[in-house]
Amino acid sequence: MAQVAELLQYVATGLLVGGVYALMSIGLALIFGVMRVVNFAQGDFMMLGMYLTYFYALSGIDPLLGAVLTIPPFFVLGWVVHRGLLARVTGGGDPQRQMDAQLILTLGLSLVITNAATMILTPTPRGIRTAYATQAFAAGPILLNQARSYAFVMALILAAAVYVFLTRTDAGRALRAAADDPEAASYQGIDVRAMHGLAFGTGIALVAAAGGLLATYYPIEPSVAGNFIVLMFVAVVLGGLGSIPGAFVGGLVIGLVQSLTLLVLPFQLQNTGVFIVFLLVLYLRPQGLFGRRARAV
Amino acid sequence: MTPRARGWLAIAAIVVAGLVLSFVVQERYHHRVLTLVFLWAAMGLAWNIISGYAGQISFGHQVFFGIGAYVTVLLVVKTGLTPWIGMAVAVGVAILAAVLIGLPTFRLAGIYFGLATLAYPLIFRIVMDWLGYQEVAIPMKRDHPGWFMQFTEPRSFDLLALGVLAATLVLSRVIETSRLGYRLRAVKENEQAAEAMGVDAFRAKMTAYVLSAAPAAVVGAVYIHAILFIVTPEAVFGLLVISQTLVVSLVGGIGTLWGPLIGAAVMVPVSEVLDTTVGDRLPGIQGVVYGAALMLIMLYAPEGLFWRIQQTIRSRAGRRAAAVRPAITAPADELMASAPAGNVLLEVRDVSKAFIGLQALSEVSFDVHEREILGVIGPNGAGKTTLFNVLNGFLVPERGAVRFCGETVTGLRPNVLCQRGLGRTFQVPRTFPRLTVLENVMVGALVRAGLADARGVARDALTRVGMLDRADGLPGGLTTLELRLMELARCLATSPKLVLLDEPLAGLSTDGVDVMIAMIRRVRAGGITVVIIEHTMQALLRLADRLVVLDQGRRLAEGAPNDVTRNPAVIEAYLGKRWLARAGAPTC
Repeated sequence: MAQVAELLQYVATGLLVGGVYALMSIGLALIFGVMRVVNFAQGDFMMLGMYLTYFYALSGIDPLLGAVLTIPPFFVLGWVVHRGLLARVTGGGDPQRQMDAQLILTLGLSLVITNAATMILTPTPRGIRTAYATQAFAAGPILLNQARSYAFVMALILAAAVYVFLTRTDAGRALRAAADDPEAASYQGIDVRAMHGLAFGTGIALVAAAGGLLATYYPIEPSVAGNFIVLMFVAVVLGGLGSIPGAFVGGLVIGLVQSLTLLVLPFQLQNTGVFIVFLLVLYLRPQGLFGRRARAV
Repeated sequence: MTPRARGWLAIAAIVVAGLVLSFVVQERYHHRVLTLVFLWAAMGLAWNIISGYAGQISFGHQVFFGIGAYVTVLLVVKTGLTPWIGMAVAVGVAILAAVLIGLPTFRLAGIYFGLATLAYPLIFRIVMDWLGYQEVAIPMKRDHPGWFMQFTEPRSFDLLALGVLAATLVLSRVIETSRLGYRLRAVKENEQAAEAMGVDAFRAKMTAYVLSAAPAAVVGAVYIHAILFIVTPEAVFGLLVISQTLVVSLVGGIGTLWGPLIGAAVMVPVSEVLDTTVGDRLPGIQGVVYGAALMLIMLYAPEGLFWRIQQTIRSRAGRRAAAVRPAITAPADELMASAPAGNVLLEVRDVSKAFIGLQALSEVSFDVHEREILGVIGPNGAGKTTLFNVLNGFLVPERGAVRFCGETVTGLRPNVLCQRGLGRTFQVPRTFPRLTVLENVMVGALVRAGLADARGVARDALTRVGMLDRADGLPGGLTTLELRLMELARCLATSPKLVLLDEPLAGLSTDGVDVMIAMIRRVRAGGITVVIIEHTMQALLRLADRLVVLDQGRRLAEGAPNDVTRNPAVIEAYLGKRWLARAGAPTC
């Protein structure tokens, strides 16, 4: 009985963390799905979102609200980055080379952001102190950390909002059309470049908000990006590159795997479980759990 | 002087220049910069073998750098083994790791490959942490400093690093000028066309990966002894190692040994100078400079400095050549009186292939005889190209069998089929855009010939199709007819018994069609069996001995052109039912 409770405790913890992973992965999946860009700098925008939430908190705004308030500025930032950088290496040429160019561009951006943040914000880790960070809800024998629970619920709400936006609004439909077939979409009067800007802005805004939620219980430091970008890649590949529901489920699964790995492996090896799942998925089902199979020839 | 000799001489000049520099330079700090330039150039060159020549962008190449560092240092710490031997052990371990990583990873294409390579150094980092090797310092050996690679004279490290660089340059040069080099470039430019021309892409990539792992391990080992002195997982498996490798390679240009050399000579001193001048106040300045360099190069010269310059020169030369070259005219016809009724060369038996929701081929059977020209016709979507993809091994049929020269070949890879004598061209010509016309054809010739002979074979093939005067241009400057002729030459250079030509007449002018038809007749007159796909009946009536008609994945008719064109089922498929009534009425 005690073992069952322990297992449930690990599952619950994994799911709570996974909810925030899911939100950040959705942002990455949206960008890949619409633009075919693997954004290496996604983790760095998350880190910046954490810092913005931290500064909001210093001026008295609760981080759960602060996380939501990161969305407008980061949407604009994402839009600007797309227009100023990515749009300039997009269009024409061999798609594989274009993809490599975009990936390397975002890798460069990631290096600049991480190191510039280290210079300006110093490497000292910071934290946001809230009343609920150290409290827990008790559900029978299982304890749910309050900060993580609130972050989880907020992540679900934001993910649902994205889903509604993509399926129920004209802009969302145009975005999906541009993702499916940019050429056909442009013949229907859809401005594909604007759609890419919208997707990149939204993707960055989502990961910044996820960072804000994460900041309620995770130390804030410039180098935090590296730990999370890989988790996002794994979640997105797991769900099938570019699939939004896939990325959501992928994020939850990563949280679960991370948490359950602790049952069998020591703490330092927490992420090996994640990487093993990642490589297994790549080898056995590279189209992911939700993705469409790529054409053979 | 031949270009070959010039290449070696240039490498010798680099090494001499390096030697001179290391003896001119006096300050300890300048020696350090020099050592770093040599080492990062060598690391860039190592990465360039798999990612430049073979085009498989690896984001995890620091795995081998880290293995080199850890294995050498742990051997000193645990067994007292000299790093000079430890380095050899490390190379062995790195090669083993490359094989173990490559076997599953090269089954992934494109972006999946790049993402998968990210995971390996992260796994190594975690495992090293867990094993308790968060910090391993090289033990001081005051008695035999040279034996343990612990020189006090900084020039010694310069020379050691220069030696590593020289060896990597030689390795790169050997690869560039070998069969493997041509094959890798073909795989990079168009993997499927390379496969169809007899290149075993998987094997070529694995070879390149192993060859690029070895120098990376040596660089890692030397770097630890010359620069770091303490191994940590972050320092050798971390993102900064691969970033620095990418920066020196991409800034200079990939796919050539000059790229990483140029990149390292420019970027390493810049970042070192910044680090010493403002590094104390701004600890992340190196990362910012590397990141900014990557971004700038992708925005303004994504090919890298070396290629930017070379491409400009080449395209100018190409334009001048284009102005003077004469048009290709049809060669004299070498008609045969009648189709020879040779032995059966290719048997297709009940072949079926379905895609999701679409039966592309169902139970298609026919024979191809030696030295005949067989036309495969059918409306768009009849399954013609799918048939070719099955015949040359791109697709494996669900049912049925293909026999070639009496042996069952169903399920064999395209490169194996090409080696057995089955060549093909593509509906949309698939070239290797950055190889010259001659080099394109050489890739085909390499199936049977060594590098020395391949050039001659390729020249012969180009002469046969009347394209020799275009040999040194790039495919980008060719007309549609010339592209199709180049593909034909590339296919002929593989010395095929049978060629599959996928719509060789599509997009050609009337004159072009005449040239192509004459060429195809010549090919057959040379003893090669030809199977052609076309959807225009007209042209095939002039060319083919027999026709096979496909419609909606089924064989509708087979026989002499005149019989087939009178077949009611064929008329119906092509023109609709109403035409059938008219065709039945006596003409004239």
